[in-house]
Amino acid sequence: MTGKIVVGYDGSAAGRRALDFALARAKAQGASVLIAHVLEWSPYSFLTPEELEERHVRRKEEMARAETAVMKPVLEKLGESGVPIETVIKYGHIAEKLSEIANEAGAMQLVVGRDGNGSLAARVFGSVAGTLVQITTVPTTIVP
Amino acid sequence: MQTYFRAALAVYLLSALPAAAQGIDETINQMFADYTGWYVSLIFAPLPGTNFSWIAMWLVVAALIFTFYFGFIQFKGFVHSIKLVKGDYSDPNDAGEVSHFQALATALSGTVGLGNIAGVAVAVGIGGPGATFWMVVAGLFGMATKFTECTLGVKYRNELPDGRVSGGPMYYMVKGFQERGLPGGAFMAILFSVFTILGALGGGNMFQANQAHAQISNVFGDFPGWITGVVLAVVTFAVIVGGIKSIARVTEKVVPFMGIFYVLVSLVILIMNADQILWAFGQIFQGAFTGLGVAGGFTGALIQGFRRAAFSNEAGIGSAAIAHSAVRTKEPVSEGYVALLEPFIDTVVICTMTALVIVITGVLNQDPETGLYIWNAELGRIQTDGAVSGVALTSAAYARALPWFPVLLMIAVVLFAFSTMISWSYYGLKAWTYLFGEGKTKENIFKVIFCLFIVIGASANLGPVIDFSDAMLFTMAIVNIIALYLLMPIVKVELHSYVRRLKSGEIKKYV
Repeated sequence: MTGKIVVGYDGSAAGRRALDFALARAKAQGASVLIAHVLEWSPYSFLTPEELEERHVRRKEEMARAETAVMKPVLEKLGESGVPIETVIKYGHIAEKLSEIANEAGAMQLVVGRDGNGSLAARVFGSVAGTLVQITTVPTTIVP
Repeated sequence: MQTYFRAALAVYLLSALPAAAQGIDETINQMFADYTGWYVSLIFAPLPGTNFSWIAMWLVVAALIFTFYFGFIQFKGFVHSIKLVKGDYSDPNDAGEVSHFQALATALSGTVGLGNIAGVAVAVGIGGPGATFWMVVAGLFGMATKFTECTLGVKYRNELPDGRVSGGPMYYMVKGFQERGLPGGAFMAILFSVFTILGALGGGNMFQANQAHAQISNVFGDFPGWITGVVLAVVTFAVIVGGIKSIARVTEKVVPFMGIFYVLVSLVILIMNADQILWAFGQIFQGAFTGLGVAGGFTGALIQGFRRAAFSNEAGIGSAAIAHSAVRTKEPVSEGYVALLEPFIDTVVICTMTALVIVITGVLNQDPETGLYIWNAELGRIQTDGAVSGVALTSAAYARALPWFPVLLMIAVVLFAFSTMISWSYYGLKAWTYLFGEGKTKENIFKVIFCLFIVIGASANLGPVIDFSDAMLFTMAIVNIIALYLLMPIVKVELHSYVRRLKSGEIKKYV
């Protein structure tokens, strides 16, 4: 079986738990893992003229930082796991983008973590896991 | 003994302060009028044998020419513009770059400002309700001008080696003229930059500070303008020199909501006066062609309407080309489409709201017998409740319907003024660095000058400030529109190619 498991990873402890869970499943099933990191971004936000001018540069910096600070450390640790691993870094609404990535990759499963606290904040601003439950089109596992 | 002496001195100084402050205001005002008066008269000189200023003609003729030359692009392309702003044609892989929406929103926060609140009141106060009609007409045609300049702004923008994007009329003057083999591009770019710096200090700064102060003292009672000026200057200094981005960011986020709220409140007032709406439109149409007692009659209304529209939406001035040029797109024309929404939102929607409320609430005094407006020759405008003008007139009109509104308007005015100042400090800075090159010290010199002008603007009277501001913005338009005429064939080629590829499906729709 050569399925793919997409896992949402942001460098946090919860993300790490999700990743471990995904790796264990992938190993057992002989599947590969796609680690997805989404940078929160809305094309409808408001920027100052100076921010517009610098946006292209900032984006490059943010991508590079995500690569070195989030992806690289985890890849180094996972070097020995024996599971084929790919990575992807995207901009967008985190839950929507993860669902989209899972769809495009033809994933058999999407795995995300949750931090499980700040219920008030989650109620006001919405949480990634909560939103995914509503919108995902791929079987999704939420790792506590 | 010495302490008593010090205390007495302090009391004496404090008591003398208000008088001294008034003195400062008057001195600044007089000096200002003396130094700028001759230039203002030159810019607003009437066409020989008429009382129609040549500069208003210049802008309107340009807008008409662009409208015909591009086949009424503002009406034919309107739906496509909205689709572009929604992001229907944006490549998802470009997420994280400047979107069409963001470029439009930032450009709008530079133009939606006091022109929409205070400027409209000045226009309707002098030109009568009929000025509204001509303002809307000028706004609709101005959309084509905006299309032209913003397409060029994106096409000839500069991508600096460090990845920053910088654009504007200076760049299309130089590169566009080269491409067409025309001489004089570099000279025009320099000329334009000089006027942009002055325009930034005038309309983008002094007018804003002036009207912000007018509304604050309207709510809290009269006090010397330089005080407001110093406070605004300090905050602006903190943002543009100190780099305290959080203030700019907060303003940038609050301003759009203020704008939406302003339109909603206006609609509420219109609904409250629903039975008067037809009458108000009647006044506007009648006034547009007869003047309804306004000095100068029909042309009086026309000139005021055109002047305010140009000042408010800045079509043809060239400033928008600077703001729009950072967008992420491979198609310069697509940003032209997006930019043409700017005069629509700014003038046709927001300015019209202000004008309708002023007309409908009846703050402009009418002769009950003839139905004509009562002309106050001494002030040179229509007699109003409390003999007010500018932002105070708008405030009075809204207060008639909603008594709590002046306080809210004060907050809106200060925020609008502030965001416009931030935008124009950027436009001015771009022109400044174009002339003198980039560098921390050079840039700071401009920023300090900019802050000083805030104090001058808040201290001076409305008349000289508004005239100087208009004069400077219109001077930018002289240079910019000449360049637009010479470069419009390039835009036409781009447009045809774009429309063809859009039809063939080569330009992909992602949503």
